Amino acid sequence: MTAQSTLAIEATGLAKAFDDVQAVDGVDLAVSRGSVYGVLGPNGAGKTTTIKMLATLLRPDAGSARVLGHDVLAEADEVRSLVSLTGQLASVDEELTALENLALIGRLLGLKRPAAKGRASELLDAFGLAEAAGRLVKNYSGGMRRRLDVAASIVVTPELMFLDEPTTGLDPRSRNLVWDIVRALVDEGTTILLCTQYLDEADQLADGIAVIDRGKVIAEGTPAQLKASVGSGALHVRLLDPEQRPEAERLLARELGSARLEPDPAALSSPCSDTDRAAEAVAVLARSGVGIATFSLGQPSLDEVFLALTGHPAEEQADEEETPIEEEQAA
Amino acid sequence: MSTTPTTQDSSLPPIEEAALRKALSSTERPPRASALSATLTFGWRGMLKVKHVPEQLLDVTITPVMFVLMFTYLFGGAIAGSTGDYLDYILPGVLVMSVLFTTVYSGISLNTDLTKGVVDRFRSLPIWRPAPLVGALLGDSVRYLVAGTVIVVLGVALGFRPGAGVPGVAAAMALVIVFAFGLSWVFTTMGLLLRSPNAVMNAGFMSIFPLTFLSNVFVEPETLPSALEAFVDINPISILATASRGLMEGNAEAGDIAIVLAVATALTAVFAPLTNRLYRSR
Repeated sequence: MTAQSTLAIEATGLAKAFDDVQAVDGVDLAVSRGSVYGVLGPNGAGKTTTIKMLATLLRPDAGSARVLGHDVLAEADEVRSLVSLTGQLASVDEELTALENLALIGRLLGLKRPAAKGRASELLDAFGLAEAAGRLVKNYSGGMRRRLDVAASIVVTPELMFLDEPTTGLDPRSRNLVWDIVRALVDEGTTILLCTQYLDEADQLADGIAVIDRGKVIAEGTPAQLKASVGSGALHVRLLDPEQRPEAERLLARELGSARLEPDPAALSSPCSDTDRAAEAVAVLARSGVGIATFSLGQPSLDEVFLALTGHPAEEQADEEETPIEEEQAA
Repeated sequence: MSTTPTTQDSSLPPIEEAALRKALSSTERPPRASALSATLTFGWRGMLKVKHVPEQLLDVTITPVMFVLMFTYLFGGAIAGSTGDYLDYILPGVLVMSVLFTTVYSGISLNTDLTKGVVDRFRSLPIWRPAPLVGALLGDSVRYLVAGTVIVVLGVALGFRPGAGVPGVAAAMALVIVFAFGLSWVFTTMGLLLRSPNAVMNAGFMSIFPLTFLSNVFVEPETLPSALEAFVDINPISILATASRGLMEGNAEAGDIAIVLAVATALTAVFAPLTNRLYRSR
């Protein structure tokens, strides 16, 4: 540890514009050491731009940031020596083999040639890539690539790791593996800044979350706090017949105060945390002849949090800056 | 960008928790890599790419072979009276032209890098900032050497007997490579300004092609219209070709060599910092 601050990241008023688009518009962040901090937002919200400024890849137009106690502008080199970056695009060299990729990074980080090779082999073993070590990365599948990308980020274990949408485009199995790696890193004391548009990912991994929309932090807190801020829970109902939704909406609004239509044309929900009242509301629906496929009483999802905070669903915002990559997965 | 996976993710072995944890805990932060070591590592990266795709050397070998054969036998008689005489004139010229054409590839490969995420990885490492660029150009210098060697060997096979022998040829080659190193910064700048590798290729060849042909690489400028002749005389590529001929024959003028080195230095002084700035701010 090189600085006394208990914060791994302290950012104040970070701003960055591209041409006339204000990608990041005054972001404040405080991330404590050893935690996983989620930055949650839709495509184009400014997540990647924020990471790039914190990782010294982009110069902020305004504001300041200290990473592990070092100013990102004045002490960029110190910052770079303590952090690593795993990008949205698998940032490994496609034209080299996996072994060469990791050995290259090792050499650039100051390892001697034999140590760099040894470290590369060790990581490839640990990541289940030993058999493919001598193959060119362009022949790797999406999941293999992401493993290699994460491995490249821990050739020397970083004190802070920026993970920019680490599971975008991955199948559930590969996604779980990335999550396992994140948890193992945190156990070793690494701080993680996780940018994601997957709400369950932030929920699974993050200790604290900042919700970001159009370049601004619009809410901050633990996953539980964020959920609590939109109400304690909700009754979710899915109907057998979407035609009956207006009727169900009217009944639920009468019983529970309000009802909201979900994107699914057969689904709707009402804020409610009391099981008795929920049961009564479901009974009312049934007695009125509204066919119910499923119902549940639960904590609000982060999707609902996002909708409540921004007034628009997380998925619908068009993107200019952060195009999601589509990785073809082997069927 | 799409990829063609050859391995199904479902066949990947699971990650062993114990091995993962060991791998995570077993590193100590090494001292920072020196500027030289980082630069040479990037040069090594360039070599590895050639090793994996040796076909990319075809570009830099076949074109010059074609030019030597075509010009010597097609135009040699017409331009210089005999193919043998023309070979002596054109061989150093083709050496210059081929190596300078190769410099365009430096810009193309930099642009190709930029379209992939790997540049962000390099830029996030605690290394001497220009290392990726200088290292890549050092790696490219090896290609220049390959192109140059192919031409000289072919020339000798066709009867080219330079007066200054091997040392003269080596000196000429070194001069051409130094100039190419300077010129390639122009194309790396282009590589950072233009949007696609294809755009770099087009812009690069659109500029290097006329510059090379409007020089004394193929013909003595005396027969040209006077305005053109004036341009050809001050074209640094002409001076480089003259200096290379001189070095190979053993009658080079120090002034020519000085001008070539000065132009190479000036190109580097202007375009290397520019490339570096653009690279950083991408």
